[in-house]
Amino acid sequence: MSVPIYILKRVGQAVPLLFIISVLSFTMLKLAPIDPLAYLKANPAISRSAIKAEEERLGLNKPPVVQYGIWLANLVRGDLGVSTTGGSVFILLMQRAGNTLLLGVLTVFFTWLIAVPAGIWAGVNRGTWIDKLFGIVTTLGMSMPTFLLALLLLMLALGTGALPIGGLTSPDFFQRDAFGQMLDLARHLVIPVTVLTFIGLAGVQRQMRANLLDVLRAEYVRTARAKGLPERKVIVHHALRNAINPLITLFGFEFASLLSGAALTETVLAYPGLGRLTLEAVLTKDMNLVMASIMLGSVMLIAGNLLADILLKFVDPRIALE
Amino acid sequence: MIQEPPAVTLPVPPRRLRRTPWQRLWRDHLARTGLIVLALLYACAGLADPLTPYSMHFNDPDLANAPPTTVHFQDDEGRWTWPFVRAVKRRFDPGTFRQLYFEQPDKSYPLRLLVAAEPYRIFGVVGGNIHLIGVDPPARLFLLGSDVNGRDNFSRLFFGAQKSLTIGFLGLIIAFPIGIIYGGVSGFLGGLVDNVMMRVAEAVMSIPSFYLLIGLAAILPPGMSSSDRFALITVILSLIGWAGLARVIRGMVLSVREEEFVLAARAAGLPEFVNIVRHVIPQTASFLIVAATLQVPSFILSESGLSFIGLGIQQPDASWGNMLKAALDNVNDLPSEPWLIAPGLLIFITILCFNTVGDALRDVLDPKLQGTA
Repeated sequence: MSVPIYILKRVGQAVPLLFIISVLSFTMLKLAPIDPLAYLKANPAISRSAIKAEEERLGLNKPPVVQYGIWLANLVRGDLGVSTTGGSVFILLMQRAGNTLLLGVLTVFFTWLIAVPAGIWAGVNRGTWIDKLFGIVTTLGMSMPTFLLALLLLMLALGTGALPIGGLTSPDFFQRDAFGQMLDLARHLVIPVTVLTFIGLAGVQRQMRANLLDVLRAEYVRTARAKGLPERKVIVHHALRNAINPLITLFGFEFASLLSGAALTETVLAYPGLGRLTLEAVLTKDMNLVMASIMLGSVMLIAGNLLADILLKFVDPRIALE
Repeated sequence: MIQEPPAVTLPVPPRRLRRTPWQRLWRDHLARTGLIVLALLYACAGLADPLTPYSMHFNDPDLANAPPTTVHFQDDEGRWTWPFVRAVKRRFDPGTFRQLYFEQPDKSYPLRLLVAAEPYRIFGVVGGNIHLIGVDPPARLFLLGSDVNGRDNFSRLFFGAQKSLTIGFLGLIIAFPIGIIYGGVSGFLGGLVDNVMMRVAEAVMSIPSFYLLIGLAAILPPGMSSSDRFALITVILSLIGWAGLARVIRGMVLSVREEEFVLAARAAGLPEFVNIVRHVIPQTASFLIVAATLQVPSFILSESGLSFIGLGIQQPDASWGNMLKAALDNVNDLPSEPWLIAPGLLIFITILCFNTVGDALRDVLDPKLQGTA
């Protein structure tokens, strides 16, 4: 099957999946006993009729099935609706998505930059102290809750005063020149990127090491060694190329979690990203915003898997897309 | 002359070459350490009442946010004595807007072992009032300081463990049967039903799990009793964990049912359903044991995360997650109050132990390696 047809087919499969997801999420959110207009009703200065008008505007006075129908019809037309705070959901998401994407891309970049060479190194030097050291570091990373690491680094930052805590920019951000702004952003990103990179390291490093060890046992590696190739060449040209396939699948997962994987870290570090926005929206039952967030996260997940499958096809022509 | 044949010395019969999985797990030093630490943690959680100086709800409103009580081993003249503490008084400093805590030097209160104090019932059955350690009031033994309500952090860690450590296993008890039955039925029926069931499982897996978690936690009404809330959070955790398991079980059912021994049973006339239950599902056992060991820490982590952002176990009940929330609420004082991190470290240690044991267990139970060591 050629690649464009395969993509079309997978997109076609994704539509019913997204429909089920939206029904599940909508039902879940409707069951929550939170009144989205509670903060208006608690304010004595707001009249009954104003609240009625607000209910009308947000469609809250209609039965849930009708509300879902309205939401779906708007979605098909490309309209994500309005948030309970009045703004367009699309604009709200866009404002935050950029920040989360920045964090996600940097994290993936550093994770892979460190984890892939570390995995190769550990695989080649299996059983040496360096392998064991990486083993300990990744075990710690696998078991460390993100929120604990974030708190520990905050503690360090507060104790030393070397790094700013929380947020993405300093109060005087807009008074700085371009270089100063870059520097400020970078300083604010150090803690969140470190947290997420350390946590993400374990999966990639272990996968890389395991793949390499598998491949190093293969006959063609023995052949390459037997014909007298230098070990460097054997590793780089013969073993590595065959060891990266499972990593591409892993890369698909990483892509999928770019926008939704950092929610807890964002909350602890007061990072103005999508995850924190969604958490706040769930707590105030901002239906349109939460639905949009969940759908966005799900689309990313499905797209990530598709991306991985297609990349695999390019890397390894033996794989048949079906 | 017939010579006596040389005596054949049989080699010493080898001790059992093949060890049970349990023995092999125990020989792994890391796994053994993990198991021992976990056993200690669970023992502390179970015996929280007699081991701690105070109960979960005991509070001293005059000593909120106190730092850890200093235990003195030397008296004022520098002589070594039986450890004692001093009563602490709180004073507000209007200059810095801070609470200051001062020891009262006039009287010392020795640490007392097996002291009779607040009555309790372990698991609601065994009653008693003997606490392993304590001091006479008005002095307090707050080994890790007190929280915003003046409750003892150290004691609450033990009671928090009761919630945080059991929720993982309770989640398993719900998630695993759902996953096994769902995956088994899907693989057994096949065709359209299988297709629909798998699409639903995929949909659940495609929702980012953290969003699903907070969405479901937000359903819980605020006024519910703490035990109801605990039960429902367990249900929520398992609602997230079952789908991945169901997919794997389905895949295993599909492949195992083509194996020869299953074909043989089918040829012998065993009904297909009985065949699946008796021959196919047991083949997934070693996978299930490993998956369970690795699923428990992820449930513990989810509960802590949920309680940490205020959607899980609620005050006044203790859980490691909601105790760690105090660290986030006082983040600016964290460098001077590092003991607030303690619940987080316990979460970390617990998950580390489960992961270590799970990794070792996977090596031990891997069918490809079985019988070789």
